[in-house]
Amino acid sequence: MARMKFLCDADRCIECNACVTACKNEHEVPWGINRRRVVTINDGKPGERSVSMACMHCTDAPCAAVCPVNCFYTTADGVVLHSKDLCIGCGYCFYACPFGAPQYPKVGNFGSRGKMDKCTFCAGGPEADGSREEYEKYGANRLAEGKLPLCAEMCSTKSLLAGDGEIIAQIYKERVMKRGYGSGAWGWKTAYRETIES
Amino acid sequence: MASFARLIRLTIGAWAFLLLVIALPAPSVAQQVNPTASSVKEQQLLQELNRIQGRVSIPDQRSGVLVQPAGRDWREFRNVTLRWIGGIAILGMLAVLVIFYLSRGMVRLESGRSGRTIVRFTAFERFVHWVTAACFIVLAISGLNITFGRPLLLPLIGFEAFSEWSQWAKYAHIYLSFPFTIGVVVIFLIWIAGNIPNKVDIDWLKRGGGIIGHDHPPAYRFNAGQKAIYWIVIIGGTAVAVSGYLLMFPFYLSGIEGMQWAQVVHSIVAVLFVAAMLAHIYIGTIGMEGAFEAMGSGTVDVNWAKEHHSLWVEEEQARAASGSAPRTAAAE
Repeated sequence: MARMKFLCDADRCIECNACVTACKNEHEVPWGINRRRVVTINDGKPGERSVSMACMHCTDAPCAAVCPVNCFYTTADGVVLHSKDLCIGCGYCFYACPFGAPQYPKVGNFGSRGKMDKCTFCAGGPEADGSREEYEKYGANRLAEGKLPLCAEMCSTKSLLAGDGEIIAQIYKERVMKRGYGSGAWGWKTAYRETIES
Repeated sequence: MASFARLIRLTIGAWAFLLLVIALPAPSVAQQVNPTASSVKEQQLLQELNRIQGRVSIPDQRSGVLVQPAGRDWREFRNVTLRWIGGIAILGMLAVLVIFYLSRGMVRLESGRSGRTIVRFTAFERFVHWVTAACFIVLAISGLNITFGRPLLLPLIGFEAFSEWSQWAKYAHIYLSFPFTIGVVVIFLIWIAGNIPNKVDIDWLKRGGGIIGHDHPPAYRFNAGQKAIYWIVIIGGTAVAVSGYLLMFPFYLSGIEGMQWAQVVHSIVAVLFVAAMLAHIYIGTIGMEGAFEAMGSGTVDVNWAKEHHSLWVEEEQARAASGSAPRTAAAE
């Protein structure tokens, strides 16, 4: 089985936000929730870099560890998913997440949270693959159809890579070798406790 | 005209060729330039601030925080440290109370009952006490569920039932925080007068009060032990209320880091609070004969009052003698 990961080649990202838009459209993510976002560091200064970030589907995921109702699970592909039926909207995963991935609709009382929503690596949720219930709660299940996450698939500069960790790391290494530079795989050390040597 | 046009075409062509020749070596020069030489580096940014922040073009400006590994320390606290602190505080307190009860038993009324009673707490005081107490018990159980439910209760009742119960427990925790907070504020106001520490307390503490020691050191309306409970409720209650509301209203006053700290304060104070209240419940029920009546019916036996709150009885009797005290007169 593959170990699915995201990798954003920051030297290629042009902050077009197409990944953000593609994600919102594909999963019909409600207003106010962003499963993916593009963060620009040192905006307007020399050395500026943009990084597209969503749930990194961490190894030993902190969200899963702190969840009081244990609603998270990791698929055979290493994708971290959760059950919205079990989620109580306590917000603990958001305190623990290094990437700010968990999002909450503000449907609860006193500005508190509804069921948590986050990137599913286009792999849906615990419901039957491709079912209507799954789509309504988690969005499309592209992985079940043999497709990779849409954000990366339609990235115009192929900056955002999604797929098996070893394969995307290899692609990134080859790029770095060819062009002679690379600012590293952002978030990998935090998410997977490893970096890509280049 | 035709030759002029040809001349222009030739000139442009020559210029274009010349430009091409000049420009040709340029790409090979560019390839030797390293565009990342001045670029931001992840590790360097993380070391500087322990988090990476940038600009986002979506409306949610808080999502500008890119990486923030501080959640790991919080995870360690929540899953390991807090469970140790809470487990030791609560189980330790229970163990102490059981051992104490087995060795000392219920502290009896030494002089027996006189049959005459004296008003200790008015109906309003008891109402405030019991509203706050009932809220506290629900808040404590629903709060402990968040920390200890997953390892202890979930394996017993299964995912669906545990999630359903936790959802209701969360609602109860949120809604009952309001009457609890009001209760703490009212308790602060109605009993502050009797709870300022004074010299009598030092002597009372030296003699171990009526529960640890075997005699009855004099005390006013509240002895040093009760004053301690009072201040635990006021200070602890304020701490859990403030930190709790920070968590209930995410991002109104603080970012993620602030909420992590709020959760740390909220949970540590809460488990210690629960441990302290276990001791309070013990003394108020099976630990001491005649004590529960004070908060139950509101009246206590005069002999109990003389043994435990001698100076208070003197005050009340002096006030009754001067004819201006409804407290003692209302007894029987």
